[in-house]
Order: sequence, then structure tokens, then C-alpha cells
Amino acid sequence: MKTIVSSLILASAVTTALATVAAANPLTKAEADAAVAAHKEKCFGVALKGQNDCAAGPGTTCQGTSTVDFQGNAWKFVQGGTCTSIQLPNGKTGSLKPV
Amino acid sequence: MLPLEPEIPSYAAFAAALVDATRATPPIVTGPPGKGAVKRYNVYRNNVTVSLVNALAAVYPAVQRITGDEFFRAMARFHIRATPPSSRLLFEYGRDFPAFIETYEYARGLPWLADVARIERAWLDAYHAADAEPLSAASLAATPPERLADAVFTAHPATRIVRSRFSAVTIFAANRNEAPVGQIDAGTPEDGLITRPDAEVIVRHLPEGGAVFLESLISGQSLGEAAALALRCSPSFDLAAGIAGMIQAGAFTTLSLGAA
Repeated sequence: MKTIVSSLILASAVTTALATVAAANPLTKAEADAAVAAHKEKCFGVALKGQNDCAAGPGTTCQGTSTVDFQGNAWKFVQGGTCTSIQLPNGKTGSLKPV
Repeated sequence: MLPLEPEIPSYAAFAAALVDATRATPPIVTGPPGKGAVKRYNVYRNNVTVSLVNALAAVYPAVQRITGDEFFRAMARFHIRATPPSSRLLFEYGRDFPAFIETYEYARGLPWLADVARIERAWLDAYHAADAEPLSAASLAATPPERLADAVFTAHPATRIVRSRFSAVTIFAANRNEAPVGQIDAGTPEDGLITRPDAEVIVRHLPEGGAVFLESLISGQSLGEAAALALRCSPSFDLAAGIAGMIQAGAFTTLSLGAA
């Protein structure tokens, strides 16, 4: 069945939306961070700004390299990152080992 | 490798061994008359791989933080071997990395990692997208109410949507800085909206139905069609919040009315 949204409903939604936009005060960074930390971020409301402001992408600096590309197999490496604090619904934490 | 004058066989031979350390130095590479140049070629070959690994690390800092540097660099090297660049522009490199992560054997325990990578790629694409003035609330206010259903919007060049079965937006946000990462439940589906209305890229959570609504508008469907579709997919979709959100986020640039 095709849903039809009436002009009245649309007009009412736009009126409400415009009032919301006019009333919205941007959150300060501290407020936004706190909301995110508390997992209380309001949908659409909190702007999560991408960090690393200076990132213009790779290749924007002219860098030679003295790093040597050592061959390595991923499975050898210990879990050095943050993945263990991210949990799956079945209670398993993230793991870099093959499953 | 690169489609550099492929009609010249020597270029193809030079390129083919660049990202594959098991291949011998191509015989066309020579030093001063009569001498080989194995070491010189190896220096060049090393620089190619390391610079591409560094490029991926620059595009995907959250993925790197999540996996740790060593795992990330090993995973990146496998990707570079399998998928060398196809563009001369380094910032274009790595578009296939999220799909690679999804199938990468050792990352299977992190099924949300590919979606985090998709947000990071969208972030960079939004960063490099053309500047454009976002649609103002006044344009919407000036539209006659009876014509709202016919309104069609043009997406801002930076606008991207990433949908995930996992908490990819939360995981992304927690790992794009140096702050400690607390416990995160990865199992809540999240949709993200990435925009750059001004100089700064902004990533937002989308409410239920929001992604369907915006994707429909981005594809050129009218406001009436997009609203109906979103409500059909998610009966709890808040149309007013969706419209307010798309204006605040700067997801679109212009509004036009189709034929009456």
C-alpha cells in the first residue's frame, strides 16, 4: 500500500522544523563531548566534529621515508588498540584473532 | 599497477614488481653501464609500500587506533598487494579498503570495523568535496505549503550517508581522538550523516527513518515521496525532526519545485 503524506501534514512538519531550527543553540564542544560520553546524544542534535583538523588527506606533505617495510603477519600481533573495549551483542569483546 | 602508458612494456614490468617483494628486480632496471640496480630498486619499492601504508593510516586513523599500529600496517600491506592504486592522486587511494577489511580473515572478530572505515572514507571525501552554500531555512519557509510535496532538493557535494548494522558512528567518534575509549556496545544499528556545510566536517547520528528519508531526497525524489517512504519503512519516523535535521546539517544546497 502506498503511503500518502498530505499537504497538511507536510506543512505542519515544515513549520515545526523551522521553529526548531530557529530555536536551536549549537552545543559547545564540552557539552557535545559530555553527551557523547554519556551515550545520550540526541539524534541529529549533537554534531560530532571530525577530529584531526589539519588532515587534508595523504600526499599533502612531501615526505621521504626511512621506514623499512618489514614483512609481518597480522595474526602475530598482540592487541595494541582499543578493540577490546568494544563489545558485541553476544557479550564477546572485539578480537583480532581469526574466528 | 598504474595505467601509466601501458603501451610501453618496460613501464608495466617496472610497476608489476613494485608492490610484490617476491618478484625479482625487473631486468630493465640497471645502474651505471653494465651494473645491476637491485638495491636501488628495493629502496624505491620500499618507499612505494611504506608511503601507501602511511596514506591508508592518514585516511583511517580510527581503524588504526582500534586495531593498533602493527596490526593495521600488516592489514594495510595485504590490501596494497591485492589492490595497488589506480589513480595518480594519493588521496584517492583506499576507497576499496573498507570492503577489504570486511573480508580480511584476521579482522573477522571486529565485524563493525569495515563500517567505521566507511565513515572515515566518507569523512575525507566530504573534506575534499567542493564548497557550497547550504540550503537556508528561509528557502523552505518561502515555499507555498501546498507545493511542499513537490519540492526536490539538490544534495550538497559533501553529503554522505553511511548505514551500519553496528554502532559504527559511536565507535568512529570514540576513536578519532586521543581520549580514552570506554566500554562500547557495538550491537546497536546506527546510521551516520556526514556533511561539511562550512570548513569543518561534521558527523551526526541519524534517527530511525532518517537515512531512508535523506537517501530518497538525495536520489531526487520529492519531499512528499521521501516522507511517505520513510514513514512506511519506520512508522516512528519524526518528519519534522528529519526536516529540521537536514537543514541544520547543511545536507542540501537548493530546493526546486517540479511542474505543478
